[in-house]
Amino acid sequence: MTTKVLTLENVTKRFGGLTAVGDVSFSINEGEIFGLIGPNGAGKTTIFNLITGVYTLTEGNIHFNKGEKPILVAKADPYGTGFFNDLKRRFVFRPKKPSDIAELGITRTFQNIRLFKKLSVYENVLTACHRSAKYGVLVSLLPWKLPYTNIPYPMFRKQVKQEEALNAKTEDLLKLMGLWEYRAMKASNLPYGLQRKLEIARALALDPKLLLLDEPAAGMNPEETLALLDLIKEIRDKFNLTVLIIEHHMDLVMNLCDRIYVLNFGKFLAEGKPSDIQGNPQVIEAYLGKEE
Amino acid sequence: MAWYYLEGILILCGINVMVVLGLSLLTGFTGLFSFGHAGFMAIGAYVSASLTTMLHWPFIPAVVAGGLVAMLMSFIIGGLTLNLKGDYFCIATLGFGEAIRLILNNVQTFGGARGMASIPLKSSLVAVYAFVIIGVIFMWFLIRSRHGRNMVAIREEELAAQAIGINVFRYKMLSLAASALYAGIGGALWAHYLTFINPAMFMLTKSTEMTIMVIIGGLGSITGSIVGTFFLTFLPEAFREFADWRMVVYGAAVIAVMALRPQGLLGGIEFSPKGIIKWITTSGKSKKAQVKTPVEGGKA
Repeated sequence: MTTKVLTLENVTKRFGGLTAVGDVSFSINEGEIFGLIGPNGAGKTTIFNLITGVYTLTEGNIHFNKGEKPILVAKADPYGTGFFNDLKRRFVFRPKKPSDIAELGITRTFQNIRLFKKLSVYENVLTACHRSAKYGVLVSLLPWKLPYTNIPYPMFRKQVKQEEALNAKTEDLLKLMGLWEYRAMKASNLPYGLQRKLEIARALALDPKLLLLDEPAAGMNPEETLALLDLIKEIRDKFNLTVLIIEHHMDLVMNLCDRIYVLNFGKFLAEGKPSDIQGNPQVIEAYLGKEE
Repeated sequence: MAWYYLEGILILCGINVMVVLGLSLLTGFTGLFSFGHAGFMAIGAYVSASLTTMLHWPFIPAVVAGGLVAMLMSFIIGGLTLNLKGDYFCIATLGFGEAIRLILNNVQTFGGARGMASIPLKSSLVAVYAFVIIGVIFMWFLIRSRHGRNMVAIREEELAAQAIGINVFRYKMLSLAASALYAGIGGALWAHYLTFINPAMFMLTKSTEMTIMVIIGGLGSITGSIVGTFFLTFLPEAFREFADWRMVVYGAAVIAVMALRPQGLLGGIEFSPKGIIKWITTSGKSKKAQVKTPVEGGKA
């Protein structure tokens, strides 16, 4: 039996009177590439933000299954309006923070690229590898190596080794993503397609179980899109990933995804294999409009 | 120039460097602007001065205690305000700084508005620079560790920093606490140099003066902050003969630096012996060869 890595149950998000996402339920199997599509404003990115804890749910819950038992990563805010409920929400309600969720093994990329712009490509990935080292704050105040040499002081060997491991990991990731020769460049000076790749590299640095890609092919030409398709499959196999992908390039989605979920105005429209979705009259109507 | 006069300015420079170092971590590396650091300086100054005058503590423990109390206060303030974004946090710190000053104005134990006098003169050049050197070393290596990198990540892109598992609140708190500790120690050293403190010394202008030093020196550079501090501490002294007009010259100089080098004197560049050697060896080559290469060995 395949395990369900991510399960969304009756997920609803309202912003005031606007229902951005209404009653969405789906689950993603392990090792699958799951596509989330829909016209602009359908609530796709909102779902990403709900999964990663950027927004809190209005209703429903989201479970993440890493191994033995599912972990509740996002739950609905149970408090209503009113002063005391606001107080409770402020001091009692403790949903998982985005950083906790990232640590559990769900990482993402962003639709509007959010790299550490002023840092080099290398530093971008190195920063993201930080979870692989465990040294504390007080230790980091002290010099670890003899000045102007590479010789560590005996008591700091462990920390130096951890830091070397981070650098080795960064190098591996950058080489895998074909970014190694750009390592000294500032992230903001990279071409657009490579910035997208760098975001994926940065997300992979946390050893995720589930990777959320928000329009990874936006701004790429057809050749780059094809290369991306192979790259996503390659990293899926290499890192044993499950991938949830939002995309507008239909070529990419239809060739890449194992299953697709279609949203329209925050509501369920269709779910199934790419071939089913392609022929679904409701989907065609949502994208192209009704035939007169 | 008499040595006594020069020594005095150098001590003031050292004290300002101490405060500016902390502020540099908060503003230059974590991206949080604070206009309340005079408040932390005041806490450090008053706590250490009370310890030496009333309880007759030795100088160094009193200074460290002043810093620690300022740090403790930062946990309370940070816990309440660090969830605020950008400008809102800035306003909150402004309020904090003024509140501390007004509280001290009204607490008679500490002399109220008259302040505290006859604090022992203990901040010698050696003592101040011992603190500064230790402070610089700690800061230098903190920035180059994974914790420092996480703070820079928060400055660059907060949402992305969360998405790669950085607990933003925790690191902002760490940064604020460290900067409060530095400011507290700086304030304590100041009290033991001037031998007299009163609340009017810790007004908003003191906070902004410190922030200006960080910005003039260049955000995201420790050596830049030090250069900026020396520059702006010596500047008014160099214009002594202009008498009342010297602060106008000071203002004009600040504007000139910002107009000519908006990134600050050493914005984002660190000044290190290693870097100087590299600069000399590569200066003959084309300018492209000097593009900053990443530190591949990680922490130097």
